[in-house]
Amino acid sequence: MNNLLNNGLAAAMLLAAAAGASAPAQAGATIDAIRQRGEVVCGVSTGIGGFSIADSSGQWTGLTTDFCRAVSAAVLGDAAKEKFVPLSPQQRFTALQSGEVDMLTTVATWTLTRDASLGLLYAGVYFYDGQGFLVPKSLDLKGALDLDGASICTATGTTSELNLADYFRANGKKFTPVVFESQNEARAAFFSGRCQAFSADMSYLSSVRASDAPNPDEWVILPEMISKEPLGPVVGRNDLEWYTVAKWTLMALIEAEEKGITQANVDQMKDSQDPTIQRLLGTSGDMGEKLGLDAGWAYRAIKRGGNYGEIFERNVGPKTPLRMERNANALWTQGGQMYALPVR
Amino acid sequence: MSAAVPKLRQRLFGSVGNSLLTLAMVAAFVIYVPPLLRWAFIDATWVAAAPDVCRANGGACWSFVHEKYRLILFGRYPYAEQWRPLAALALAIMLVLASCSLRFGWRTVVAGWAIGVTAIIVLMRGGALGLEYVPTDLWGGLPLTVFLALSGMVGAFPLAVVLALGRRSRLRVVKSICVAFIEMVRGVPLVTVLFMASFMIPLFLPGKVQVDALLRALAAITLFSAAYLAEAIRGGLQAVPEGQEQAAEALGLTYWQTSLLVVVPQALRHAIPAIANLFIGLFKDTSLVGIVGLTDLLLATKQALGDPQWRSFALEGYIFVALIYVAFCFFISRYSRSLERRLQHDRS
Repeated sequence: MNNLLNNGLAAAMLLAAAAGASAPAQAGATIDAIRQRGEVVCGVSTGIGGFSIADSSGQWTGLTTDFCRAVSAAVLGDAAKEKFVPLSPQQRFTALQSGEVDMLTTVATWTLTRDASLGLLYAGVYFYDGQGFLVPKSLDLKGALDLDGASICTATGTTSELNLADYFRANGKKFTPVVFESQNEARAAFFSGRCQAFSADMSYLSSVRASDAPNPDEWVILPEMISKEPLGPVVGRNDLEWYTVAKWTLMALIEAEEKGITQANVDQMKDSQDPTIQRLLGTSGDMGEKLGLDAGWAYRAIKRGGNYGEIFERNVGPKTPLRMERNANALWTQGGQMYALPVR
Repeated sequence: MSAAVPKLRQRLFGSVGNSLLTLAMVAAFVIYVPPLLRWAFIDATWVAAAPDVCRANGGACWSFVHEKYRLILFGRYPYAEQWRPLAALALAIMLVLASCSLRFGWRTVVAGWAIGVTAIIVLMRGGALGLEYVPTDLWGGLPLTVFLALSGMVGAFPLAVVLALGRRSRLRVVKSICVAFIEMVRGVPLVTVLFMASFMIPLFLPGKVQVDALLRALAAITLFSAAYLAEAIRGGLQAVPEGQEQAAEALGLTYWQTSLLVVVPQALRHAIPAIANLFIGLFKDTSLVGIVGLTDLLLATKQALGDPQWRSFALEGYIFVALIYVAFCFFISRYSRSLERRLQHDRS
């Protein structure tokens, strides 16, 4: 009896799988709603330089907002529009759960707890960050463990303090936390000599060293990363079609960089003989259709703001005030962790 | 003049304690004020300049304000259309000043507000008269702060009067509803009310029903302020001698006539200091809407300071908005004083 039931179930699942494979993918409820509305609604951070911030004329710029624009272009075509809803860290997940926004493109770290228990899904990683230390060069430290007994400035309200405590306890060392209400104060206190080290996410430390330090050469960022902070777009768990579109738009942007497709040359690339490029840009195959979109989805996403590398360079790269190197965010072929799953 | 000198000496150096205090104050003044003036004016960078120029000059960097004032004052309202919030703000301020001058009868004032508020909404929102449509999520900066504060003051007023009267009502049901509302609202912080209005309400509503986020915050602030205002007015009501009410009733006036023509006007006069206090508090409390993602004056400043190039000039940015807040609060405070004096004068 039990066996029979199992067999029956297996057969039913097989049938369902076969049906799923042959039928063209349906656009999900979120995508339908977006098309009807004519705009994608993205939740963004209220103001983090290089990631999502309103510039002097009030336009949103940044790496995460550019990702939202890419997804919007993929779904909506040439008339793509986006609405950015600034959200504080306390409210961002609630806003997604209540359907106020279609997608969060904030700087929220992907953790098991968030992924598993908040009714949402991370669609990938667009920035690998991690907590580190900025110290004066004159201290001549070899690594973070030389900070035994040091006072360390950090900001509250983030996990920075917790990460510090975990790291030092795990290594059997001591430190004195000097905690401030905001990064601005922690930074100012550090430069006025209140602490021996300043601890925050690496992305922030590199911009602090480049833009705020009196003389950048007198300060170094220690090599250790004491926490992993992968940042990525988040969507609701209730619509897997939309999740798939967000995930593969990110893949397409990374794949484009790998294949040398840029905002400038994407039109010429349409004539490429490389089957991978053809599939990506929709000149052959039916990749877009499988996603519930049209053939030009990835072409438009790249055309809108360039490939992943271009988005990175424009917003946070060495020529911007943040002056970040690619490091972990380089392509896997160049020693980084950006790896696009195959588009086929 | 010569008579003033001994008096001054008596006051400043009358005792050992006074002398020490005077010397300490003078020393503090000499130590702290010149460097402050030097920072704020002499070494300051006044013209549009790059952040590096500011750092080289060493003093205050007012170039930050020059670079970002449109973002700070108008938030993310479309750049080319920012004359519209400016006009709306001017209109709102004119409405307030005209009403405050007490030169117009109440019918004119109500009509003026009805026309004025419609004009402000059309200006801000657009979509009519050839103005481009601007959704409310792009409204921000000073106009947003002023509109939120005004709705918390003007919009909450009628509700507060009703609540205050209701709390003194002899009808059990009316009284308990008013008491329950006032106590409940006063029992929770404004942040909680805003949070509730912004994020919990949409969870309860069916998917299709979407109430505008700005409208939700406006409603939250109005209801919140009404509860406090009601208590201030109730304080005024208690100061009105009971004989007034009895006399009005003896004249055959109905409850509403008694309340609105006799009791409430006198109560409001007593409540002016408390009301002004509330309004000043409310004006500053509007900055709390930042946590529900509405770009008010303070959040817009924070956004301007998020720019890595300029973020080290936070002090200049905060001084700039502090001056704006001070200007508005100072107006409310002075106006309430002059109103008190004028009404005192009327009575005698």
